[in-house]
Amino acid sequence: MAFIDRTARALLLTELVAGMALTFRAMFKQKVTLNYPHEKGPISSRFRGEHALRRYPNGEERCIACKLCEAVCPAMAITIEAEPRSDGSRRTTRYDIDMTKCIYCGLCQEACPVDAIVEGPNFEYSTETRAELYYDKEKLLANGDRWEVRLAANLAAEAPYR
Amino acid sequence: MASFWTFVWPLIVIVAAIVAIIIPVLIGVAYLTYAERKVMSAMQRRQGPALVGPLGLLQPVADGLKLFGKEMVIPSGANPGVFLFAPFLTFVLSLVAWAVMPFGAHLVLSNINVGILYLYAISSLGVYGTIMAGWASNSRYAFLGGLRSAAQMVSYEVSMGLIMVTVLLCTGSFNLSEIVLAQQTVWFAVPLFPMFVIFFISILAETNRAPFDLPEGEAELVGGFFTEYSCMNFALFMLGEYSNMILMSAIAVVLFLGGWLPPLNFGPFAPIVNLVPGPIWFALKIAFVLFFFIWMRAAFPRYRYDQLMRLGWKIFLPFTLLWVIVTASALEIFGWLPAVVP
Repeated sequence: MAFIDRTARALLLTELVAGMALTFRAMFKQKVTLNYPHEKGPISSRFRGEHALRRYPNGEERCIACKLCEAVCPAMAITIEAEPRSDGSRRTTRYDIDMTKCIYCGLCQEACPVDAIVEGPNFEYSTETRAELYYDKEKLLANGDRWEVRLAANLAAEAPYR
Repeated sequence: MASFWTFVWPLIVIVAAIVAIIIPVLIGVAYLTYAERKVMSAMQRRQGPALVGPLGLLQPVADGLKLFGKEMVIPSGANPGVFLFAPFLTFVLSLVAWAVMPFGAHLVLSNINVGILYLYAISSLGVYGTIMAGWASNSRYAFLGGLRSAAQMVSYEVSMGLIMVTVLLCTGSFNLSEIVLAQQTVWFAVPLFPMFVIFFISILAETNRAPFDLPEGEAELVGGFFTEYSCMNFALFMLGEYSNMILMSAIAVVLFLGGWLPPLNFGPFAPIVNLVPGPIWFALKIAFVLFFFIWMRAAFPRYRYDQLMRLGWKIFLPFTLLWVIVTASALEIFGWLPAVVP
């Protein structure tokens, strides 16, 4: 009986027809891919993308050169030099991140006591030369200015869990 | 002067007819690649080409231009003459067969009496392009791929031939137009449905298409017989493969789906379907069969080589042979044999 059953199934191509029906139905389902450069997927507020140094609303930079981020960085991608400024406050004179070393673990933003260094939502910053990925303080502050609205929103969203 | 024109005028007419056939076929080939990518992506729930032109409609043009811009590489160990001739042969043979294809009631370039034998002969010659490419590349991958696809094409031609015989038994003519006209009452896909299915699977194997595309099985043989090809040589192979697909679909349409005859050609539908000219029905039916080609590729994984050979020789060959006998007996017993045209 099993033999007849199997032979009939093989001759009538039931399994092939079932497979074809499945693919045909899939044709009319919603597409699951994004048209990437034009459409982008949602990004979590915890997304760890390109780094940025933030400022206070009055324009003063937040970073106090405590060097906690430099100390915690497992890839040793951060280099900080600091000295007191003329008004007596402690500020960095150099804040470099080697983006080619960075492993995007997010420990720097966890360590920062003043929410100065953060990892933002931007992930589209590929460059043509390696040198462009050695970010200095100027570049990081510019990133902070550029992404401040979303950075602040992300921090506010994550505040209850920290 | 009159004698000059009596000689030249038919020549001009024939050249114009050839151009009128080849240009649509080549455009069809270009958009078949586009349709394949679109349909496959839809079946895999992707978007497919969508950036070049509206809905990606200029994608074939972009692909062609890209291939033109590539460097033509001839491997140092290759035999340059045969190496360059092989893709040319494949491409030309896939176009030559269109000479006998009936596009409409009297729309055929060369209405020869043995049209189906001509088609069969031309499609058999296609193996030579493959073998020459495989041998002349002087590469292991190309050589093994060439041998595989040659063996595959030869195997499936046997069952294809027997299927053609069953159709010929029902029509009593080798002429393609008469084969189409014999299907006015019912298309042969209905009474000979098992043959139609086997013919379709055989043309999949004959054109080296998935799930029988193991000559170009990437995991084993890199690119099969065209591993070493690049630039326009590669493009010619691709054009040859796709125009062979169209050609084989056209043969399937002529043999089983009533050629240019409109569907639902009876009762109240007849005046409506006859508004559309025959060549358009012919093209639509070819597109329908080609959709199945692409559908197969999206739905099924690749066959193993021994399974392919087993299917061809141990299943299709006995089955088609049996069916030839059954058809012949049925025609004889019920007296349905077609009247033989002297």
